[in-house]
Amino acid sequence: MSDHENALIVTLDQAAKHFGRLRALDGVSLSVAAGDCIGLVGHNGAGKSTLVNLINGGLAPSSGTIVFSGGDTAHVAGVRSVFQELSLCPNLTVAENLKISHSALKGPGWRRSARAEIRASLDEIFPDHGISADAQVDMLSIAQRQMVEIAIGFAPRGTQARLVILDEPTSSLDEGIAGQLLAHIRRFCASGGAVVFISHMLGEIFKVASRIIVLKDGRIVDERASGAFTRQGLVDVMGHVAPESAQVAGARSDPGSEILRTAQGLAARKGEIVGLSGLAGHGQAEALAHLYLSRSSAWRPRKSPEVVFVAGDRPRDGVLPLWSILCNISISVLQQTARRGLVNRQAETAIAAEWKSRIGVRTDDVRNPILSLSGGNQQKVLFARALASQAPLVIMDDPMRGVDVGTKQDVYAMIRAEAANGRTFLWYSTETEEVCQCDRVFVFRNHEISAELTGVDISEEKILEASFAMQEAS
Amino acid sequence: MNFLARHRIILPVVSLAVLLAATFYMQPRTMSYFGLNLLFNLAVPIALATVAQMMIIMVNDIDLSLGAFVSLAACVTATFVNDTPVLGLLILLALVLSYAALGALIHALELPAIVVTLGMSFVWGGLALFILPSPGGQSPEWLRALMTVKPPFAPMAVVAAVIISVVTHLLIVRSGIGTVLRGVGGNARSVARAGWSVIWLKALAYGLAGLFGVLAGMALVGLATSADANIALRYTLLSIAGVILGGGEFTGGKVSPTGAVIGALTLTLAASFLSFMRLSPDWQIGAQGAILILVLTARLIFSRKGAAT
Amino acid sequence: MTPLNLLAKPWIWSWLAASAAFGLTLGLTSGRGAGELAYAALSFGAFAAIVGLGQMLVITLGPGNVDLSIPATMTLAATLALKAMSSNPGTAFLGLGIALGVGVAAGLANYALIFLLRLPPIIATLAASLVYQSFAIWSNRGLRIKPPAGLADFATGRFLGLPNVAWVGLALAIVVWVVLERTVWGRMLLATGQNLRVARLAGVPVELVRATTYVLVAVFASLAGYLLASFSGGAALNMGAEYLLMSIAVVVIGGTSIAGGNSNVPGVWGAALFMFLVVSMLNSYGAGAGVRNVLTGTIIIAIVIAASTRRVRA
Repeated sequence: MSDHENALIVTLDQAAKHFGRLRALDGVSLSVAAGDCIGLVGHNGAGKSTLVNLINGGLAPSSGTIVFSGGDTAHVAGVRSVFQELSLCPNLTVAENLKISHSALKGPGWRRSARAEIRASLDEIFPDHGISADAQVDMLSIAQRQMVEIAIGFAPRGTQARLVILDEPTSSLDEGIAGQLLAHIRRFCASGGAVVFISHMLGEIFKVASRIIVLKDGRIVDERASGAFTRQGLVDVMGHVAPESAQVAGARSDPGSEILRTAQGLAARKGEIVGLSGLAGHGQAEALAHLYLSRSSAWRPRKSPEVVFVAGDRPRDGVLPLWSILCNISISVLQQTARRGLVNRQAETAIAAEWKSRIGVRTDDVRNPILSLSGGNQQKVLFARALASQAPLVIMDDPMRGVDVGTKQDVYAMIRAEAANGRTFLWYSTETEEVCQCDRVFVFRNHEISAELTGVDISEEKILEASFAMQEAS
Repeated sequence: MNFLARHRIILPVVSLAVLLAATFYMQPRTMSYFGLNLLFNLAVPIALATVAQMMIIMVNDIDLSLGAFVSLAACVTATFVNDTPVLGLLILLALVLSYAALGALIHALELPAIVVTLGMSFVWGGLALFILPSPGGQSPEWLRALMTVKPPFAPMAVVAAVIISVVTHLLIVRSGIGTVLRGVGGNARSVARAGWSVIWLKALAYGLAGLFGVLAGMALVGLATSADANIALRYTLLSIAGVILGGGEFTGGKVSPTGAVIGALTLTLAASFLSFMRLSPDWQIGAQGAILILVLTARLIFSRKGAAT
Repeated sequence: MTPLNLLAKPWIWSWLAASAAFGLTLGLTSGRGAGELAYAALSFGAFAAIVGLGQMLVITLGPGNVDLSIPATMTLAATLALKAMSSNPGTAFLGLGIALGVGVAAGLANYALIFLLRLPPIIATLAASLVYQSFAIWSNRGLRIKPPAGLADFATGRFLGLPNVAWVGLALAIVVWVVLERTVWGRMLLATGQNLRVARLAGVPVELVRATTYVLVAVFASLAGYLLASFSGGAALNMGAEYLLMSIAVVVIGGTSIAGGNSNVPGVWGAALFMFLVVSMLNSYGAGAGVRNVLTGTIIIAIVIAASTRRVRA
């Protein structure tokens, strides 16, 4: 393995991919060699997923070439990918999931070999993972599932992993586990493997990547050794202004009366923006869902709801896929504007048009199907749905997932304005930067509130302290 | 994360045991070789049909044509297999292959299985009428002998049920290909991404369903000695109920072959139980429905308790 | 929702198929008997359309939602209604009330099983239908009670040249169409069908929507049973049997998405006519029962394939 520094694994030459008129990828030349750790960054719609799918052989290029050095196909060449959305079979065990992606595993003893292989891979990447090879996947937490998926990606599976593509691998992992993964990536690259690493956490990119590639509008706009970038420079190249100072100027209005206090200790005042923080998967989303369900009814229609919900997991919790943008927005105000049970179509159209311009949904016509929008714009529709209603309490479950920086800035401003008008927001976010904009922050740990921060106490250090402190104690 | 969620098989076993105990209590004479044989006499074809339905439910589809298909297989067995065995077996093989082709078609064109199988129920039923316009035919001797064999210790129906459950357990739960098939039900996209041809897997699942459907038809003829075009129409609903009673779920590839066989036994026993109760024939069907509801209620209560602890 | 051409409409297929079957049947008689055939199709199609409309609403609720108790509900409603009327004149509305009452009760019972016992609707309605069937057997005792003469005349009569039962079916179709297109409840039903969790989180009272839908389908079934028994001179225990598959078939041939959230009212009527016309077409060509069934099944599948390839290209 002495020459691994320049052993090419995959080479793309002017590779392009068009979907109809849409140029998802517009001529990209790129080579990945053994030992490379490439950080891939870019906004939504920049072409990251398409590029990944070309490299892993999931899509064929419309023009240009892709050459795998180790064999004819990505599979033979040892190119694997771990996808953003969870792609395990929930009804199978961890070992059986390995079998799915390891077709050479056959014969009577396959189960034993599968167990040994996945155990070895998990042990290597995530020491002390505590995951049984015979656990059924739907009994695992989201973070554990993502760990299993990553472990399967790195497992030998009959050949050898030479290039592993990780698309947002740390999105559900807490920082400790993410750190283990980053360490493993560095070891893997040092021993001659290659990694393409996609993350919205620029810090992680700088920690592991040896080279950073910036995609924009389907092209590579910059490619340098990671030392040659600064965080600010990287964000500038991506095309949006970085939200360096997230603080909103101006004194906050006087706190209103308390409108919410749960048994768990969650409290909010009128006009307050309350943040929920802590490590991912520590009960924030459940607390919010429970709060929403307990304050709304599955039986009683309500003219003016007490609470509305902004989903972060759009396909699961937010988007009604068969409908237009208009209907997706108006569902929350139908009962309020209805006359004798009939839909008030004028009011509906007016509200949709108003919110389209207020929140800047990028579409010619609100009658277009919701799925014609990009992820970020779909998210804006979900915000519009919630804000269009009169509900005094707005619950947001990590709503900025997969949203580009520009949209985020628009939405932050809008939330501020609505709060000033007396609405209360409960905002769970996995990004500490966002939580730091709130008036009050509850930090969750192990499904309990471990700290309540207000005013100047709201800082990344304090939040981290509260997220971790008790873990050492127990 | 509770015990019952992990061991889904327990509740079906308990339901069967309770019903069996109640039957023994009502009619102690059934607690014998011949008694059991009588109780479970018709269980074999129902168990085979339930396993067939399970293959389809395993890949997230549902088969509304199974009853008609089993009837057709029974008609073919009672006529062609009896008269011209080679031709008869070839026809049965063709039926299995057509099931596999149906699975491939449903997957390739993304058709709703519930509707295609609904249409196929007309087709199978029509073919059966074509072969046997009026009840008749005859069971082949060897099949009759096989279905009425008296093994030592336990009656034929019980032995057959155990064999069916062991074979299908090995095939679906233990083997590699069975794991991949269940994976199709759990997450077809990730199976496809791992390089498997989902269309072949679906064809395989449907083909297996066809195979077990044909076996169900043959077993039924072996017991009934003749056939008619409507002989097994109620198997469609019985088999679905059997899979669910056995702890299976309609989506997500969560099925249990052993559970399915036990579910089929429970349904058969329910019918026998009711006739021992000397219930007015008016109410027999309704009581079967009530038992189905009761068992599922019990399951709900126990799994709630399990979840609470 | 601005269709560029008519062919993009999913319901057009059932109407094309119905017209083709109509044309082929008349082709044999070189046009004679067109009026009679259309009249018969409208009469018999009306029953399929009424149960189909109910089944459509349930199927719109999303995958897994289907009512298998339609035949049993039809039989039970018809049996109890005819028993209450016991052929006495002037009792038609009493009978109608009883039939609809049976429908509401059956719908509530079905939904109670689904909601309280968390049963999949297929199993819940299947188990419940066994019980309803037993009720019907018990109350009927094999007797065949004739409907009151006035009611029988209404059910077999005509108004403006169309069968009265078809008028009832058409009126129901229009009501269902308006409900789906224009009312808040319709919107909520369509939202629930697309994604129950999303609808719940968007403030839709999903359980109320589901409950009313299951009651509606049972009410439609009981109305169809009441009319069918009046039309055919009495209730029979197996009178509903063919409507189990029929109700699902007309919904799907009519272009309603089996995945939920998307209804199609005109398609249900087209498919109901087609299901009758295709049988009469095959009959007039002298096909036996076996061939007729095989062809019916093949045509159903062909239509589903045709509709789906259309959809894929669109």
